[in-house]
Amino acid sequence: MKRLLLLATLFLAQPLLADSNLPPAYWSERQLPDPRQEAEAQALMEQLRCLVCQGQSIADSDAELAGDMRDLVRRRIAAGEKPDAIRAWLIQRYGTWISYKPTDEPAAWPLWLAPIALLLVGGWLIRRRITVRRS
Amino acid sequence: MIAETGLAALWLAAGLAGLQFVLMIASLRSGAEVRGAMRSIAIVQGALTLLAFAMLLLVFARSDMSVALVFENSNSAKPFIYKLAGTWGNHEGSMLMWVTILAVAGAFVAILAHRTSERTLTAALGAQAVLALGFYAFLLFASNPFARLWPAPEDGRGLNPLLQDPGLAFHPPTLYLGYVGLSVAFSFAVGALLTGEVDSRLARAMRPWVLGAWILLTLGITAGSYWAYYELGWGGYWFWDPVENASLMPWLAATALLHSINVLAARGALKAWTMMLAVIAFSMSMVGTFLVRSGILTSVHAFAIDPQRGTFLLALLAIYVGAAFTLFALRAPSLKEGAPFELVSRESGLVINNLILSVILGVVFVGTLYPLFVEALSGEKLSVGAPYFDAVAGPLALLLAVLVGAGPLIAWRRERRPVFKQLAIPALLGATALAITIILWPEMRILPRLGFLIAAYLAAASILPLVGRNPLRAPLATWGMVVAHFGIAVALVGMAANAAFTSERLVVDKPGEILSVGPWAVTLASVTPTAGKNYTAIEAELRAARGNDLITLSPETRYYSDPPTETNESAIRTFWNGQLYTVVGKQDVSGAWQLRLWWKPFVTLIWAGGALIAIGGALALLGRFWRPLRRRMISARERRSRRYA
Amino acid sequence: MSRAVRFAPLALLLAIIAALVWRLATPTDTNVHSTLEGKPVPAFDLPAIIPGKPALSSAHLATGQPHLVNVFASWCVPCITEVKVLQALKQRGVHVDGIAVRDRTADLADFLARNGDPYERIGSDAQSQVQISLGSSGVPESFVVDGKGVIRYQQIGPIEASDIPTILSQLGRAR
Repeated sequence: MKRLLLLATLFLAQPLLADSNLPPAYWSERQLPDPRQEAEAQALMEQLRCLVCQGQSIADSDAELAGDMRDLVRRRIAAGEKPDAIRAWLIQRYGTWISYKPTDEPAAWPLWLAPIALLLVGGWLIRRRITVRRS
Repeated sequence: MIAETGLAALWLAAGLAGLQFVLMIASLRSGAEVRGAMRSIAIVQGALTLLAFAMLLLVFARSDMSVALVFENSNSAKPFIYKLAGTWGNHEGSMLMWVTILAVAGAFVAILAHRTSERTLTAALGAQAVLALGFYAFLLFASNPFARLWPAPEDGRGLNPLLQDPGLAFHPPTLYLGYVGLSVAFSFAVGALLTGEVDSRLARAMRPWVLGAWILLTLGITAGSYWAYYELGWGGYWFWDPVENASLMPWLAATALLHSINVLAARGALKAWTMMLAVIAFSMSMVGTFLVRSGILTSVHAFAIDPQRGTFLLALLAIYVGAAFTLFALRAPSLKEGAPFELVSRESGLVINNLILSVILGVVFVGTLYPLFVEALSGEKLSVGAPYFDAVAGPLALLLAVLVGAGPLIAWRRERRPVFKQLAIPALLGATALAITIILWPEMRILPRLGFLIAAYLAAASILPLVGRNPLRAPLATWGMVVAHFGIAVALVGMAANAAFTSERLVVDKPGEILSVGPWAVTLASVTPTAGKNYTAIEAELRAARGNDLITLSPETRYYSDPPTETNESAIRTFWNGQLYTVVGKQDVSGAWQLRLWWKPFVTLIWAGGALIAIGGALALLGRFWRPLRRRMISARERRSRRYA
Repeated sequence: MSRAVRFAPLALLLAIIAALVWRLATPTDTNVHSTLEGKPVPAFDLPAIIPGKPALSSAHLATGQPHLVNVFASWCVPCITEVKVLQALKQRGVHVDGIAVRDRTADLADFLARNGDPYERIGSDAQSQVQISLGSSGVPESFVVDGKGVIRYQQIGPIEASDIPTILSQLGRAR
């Protein structure tokens, strides 16, 4: 009996976390009923960066603000908004930092040119190593 | 007393490393005869550092709170295994582990290496000592693990609950053995560049060390991936996090090195490239150490945000890699390359393999550091994550997988047979797999579909080297290659299945409601409070039914007090055809509980594949030692049979 | 092997080291700033949370007077000391409005009773929606909004006594 009481007290004691006392938002932990919309929402959530985490997407985060952002994404997708529009809306407020998917702005071009450039440089470096002997 | 012993051992070891450096210079300049001394000193240095590490283990095991490190990272209430593993669950302790492996590796090279010339071996041991010297300095002046705390507090701050897991006992040591094992390749390369003896003999001497480090690195990364998968509670296994990339980059370099070393050993070619790769591989290990401990990149893994220490490490990096690159630039003209390779030859195949691996390495490197560069140049903050890496590294890796099927079938020097005829059956199997996915799962995305196609092809193609010969007579090295390449196909199937077939249910459920996830019907039976040795928790009891299977799972949310943290302990059940992954979250206003349920068919193949890759490497390594052993056994048997003939 | 190719790795290394040295030398600003500085406040209409305390909407922020909008919560520890600074600002004639993120009436009333109440209006943002639409990433943060409803300045973290001159000058410029 004593042990049960002890457990109960420990259970009720709130941990010292900087968390609000409100429960999570409705759509932060539920899937949309339409599977295609849910897939769209999931894909977008994996590309949005959590604002309070150390480098995670909002899809993988336990933080409250991430949950609220998931709720926002799902509600808007359910309302028919396109994922790109939602991403653009968030970028308007937080800058490109919030999108893990590099946008098509000039600052991101080197990222996409890098693999091509590396392949070309590598190919040029090995050009003398391989011959096609005509026999 | 124990801590002071450890500290003293560390100082002595540092002194010996300095001595080795002096000896190496003397030997190179005046040809002085130092080989005996060099070897002995290397062995003693390794032993001393091992002693220092043992002392640190001891103070953690005894929860000696007078040592500052123990106070900050441990707690007497912790289970014993985490007291021990906590030794390396922090910056100073893991750095000491790093240096210990560096010194002990040097000692083993001194004991075991016999294929190189004495001159090169001396130079290599000297290089290894120089590497150790910088890190000894770092430890002794900037990260002393044995610093005392006076007066000694009652009890410590405890270990981060995310680290209180068997993964901590396995993942860092394996990873470090891999990272730091690559230092041997670095030292051999530097030594050989100094003495000018870059040849097939060097390659054969280096090969087992590279193989050993690579095997451990593969295991370490696989274990880390599985740990993140079950610990973080969302079912992801790779996040392209900067610290994960920091472990992938040495692995990519080491894989390329492993293959090009074979060309150097067999044909005496690709000298410059192999030396450069050997230098790059360990440089990537050092870059990784720097990234994790300097705080310049945000990551869930970062465990020391200290720009001062970061500067020290950056200085070491600049000196070591800069010196190695300078040495390479100066000595490269003296590396005589032979005739170019035939287009269809094993050598060319390996060159292309190296090219693609290097491009993937380059892309991961660029992607990881790009946000830093952009911010330095323009002040803009952008994020590079999974969408970029998946889009770029993914196709390159798939291309590589296709070539991996063909490469082992091509002969050295010049392939005269029609290799592509041999690949007809694997190609057919691949096409069949593709057709099956199109017919049964028409809405599957393109990438998993390609994954299945290539995995089927590669699984068949990787076995071909054993077909048409007595498999029991095939050398272990061939078996190793087959198993490792087959492992790639297995991992690919796991990844494709995870992407294509995972069923996810995120719900807020009251006890009694039935949910379906994949073929399972899951009910929440109850949620009860519970407690462990150093935490309290709420535990959900889930009953899952599939056909005749009836199981119970108990995911928890744990609350630790030292330090105050909340973690999810997922409950996972593994079956032959997949895993049921369950997590319990918070309570809703209505009193219902958040539940996250996944049915992940064949997801374990991802890590099974990783393990197979490591096993393949182990077989190849064993083969190096098996052949001389077997030869001795055969000749002994022949001598015996001749006696009775 | 040409000299360019031989020395290229070294050159590349030096460039990378230079970038890393710069990174270590300049202190990193790990905060994510709102990009709405200079743009109008997004339209919102929050319900009241304290009986007797009027609610907050974007219309109230475009009445010709500059406002200091404080995004806070009763569960936010640094907000406790920030309230004193906000009181000081209020005494200098600043219009302080509050957006309470993920808060409950009882907790908030208790917080204000214990620490003081500098707010003219408080809106309840139960699911962080307005916080997100403002480009705010945590509590506490404050926004200086001018008389026409345009955001002029964002303060991330609690306003400390040493920040008062900055806030006042921003408010002055926002007239």
